[in-house]
Amino acid sequence: MMEPLLTARDLHLSFGASPALAGASVDVAPGEILALLGPSGSGKSTLLHCLAGILVPDSGEVGYRGIRLDRLSDDLRSELRRSDFGFVFQFGSLVPELSAVENVALPLRLAGHKRRTAEARALEWLERLEVGEVARKRAGEMSGGQGQRVAVARALVAGPRVVFADEPTGALDSLNGELVMDLLVGAAREQGTSIVLVTHEPRVAAYADREVVLRDGALALTVGA
Amino acid sequence: MSVPLTLLGLLQVRPRHGYDLKRAYDAHFGHDRPLKPGQVYSTLGRLERDGFVVVSGTDRDGGPDRTTYAVTAEGVTDLDRWFAEPEGPAAYLQPVLFAKVVLALQSGRDAAQVLDAQRAEHLVAMRELTALKKDADLDRVLGLDFALFHLEADLRWLEHTAARLDRLGKELAR
Repeated sequence: MMEPLLTARDLHLSFGASPALAGASVDVAPGEILALLGPSGSGKSTLLHCLAGILVPDSGEVGYRGIRLDRLSDDLRSELRRSDFGFVFQFGSLVPELSAVENVALPLRLAGHKRRTAEARALEWLERLEVGEVARKRAGEMSGGQGQRVAVARALVAGPRVVFADEPTGALDSLNGELVMDLLVGAAREQGTSIVLVTHEPRVAAYADREVVLRDGALALTVGA
Repeated sequence: MSVPLTLLGLLQVRPRHGYDLKRAYDAHFGHDRPLKPGQVYSTLGRLERDGFVVVSGTDRDGGPDRTTYAVTAEGVTDLDRWFAEPEGPAAYLQPVLFAKVVLALQSGRDAAQVLDAQRAEHLVAMRELTALKKDADLDRVLGLDFALFHLEADLRWLEHTAARLDRLGKELAR
């Protein structure tokens, strides 16, 4: 495996008395699509949140391009998330008060781009994800599948190095789930973006280059190179 | 479903005579299709001929004499190979996977490892099928989807079973 982009080493994290991670270690290579599988409560979402710098482990190391994420301040981690990472969640990824194009333009606006430039680029991404027609609609006025494709556009618009996707198809039927995965994976492959994907659906995990199965907060099985 | 390997597995748990073997098989694996007595004895004959079982004694138990069979070292090696090798990810695997899990637990093998090896085999197959879907015509895609949905169902069963191994082990030990 080439030099990893992201590394987790021996992560432990407990919420109160219950351990969510108990010695989890994993690497993510540049451009790699990694799926985290496992039963509910196995720690897969917690591992994703630690890799993304949303949560800080109680012990262990999280590295991103030579930076110790677990040692950065909250502010620096937030900045890094904005500049280098994209996110897609199962529900509620979009800001309900904003239109689709405003939602997708948001990461660019936060990075200091002018509204007109940001929205033009956002519109290109909406069209690429085949949802150009909902550009002026708000989240409540779109179908679930359209909303997730808008969320994928927003995750990718600023050219992140990593997209973190937590059950991105969990609320979709199988056809819409497949469409979202085809578009997400296709776009990520084109621009060399890594994806860390949490899913309980093997058909979704099958888009990955490598699957790891978590059990009781640690890796139980790795499938793939 | 491999009847010879399943019978061999049951004989590794303990030596048994033909009727006892049929009873054990039917109790765990023969709900829908119990073994015919003739099938048990013909299979035992073949296993003995191939050196996988030997006659270990006779058991009278108040009735007529019954020949008891036990697994040989060669038979154990054959079983080890069966447990270690995941099944090809084909349709209708559940009976053989279930037999492997039950017999692994009963013979003191690592049943979780049997399930994990199978899970890896299935995930690899699913990844290959998913890759084939890219740029394929719709009729081909639908055929691949059929295989993918079936493999996914198997995987869900594997996960479900993995989560219940402790309980299954306890029930089998009763």
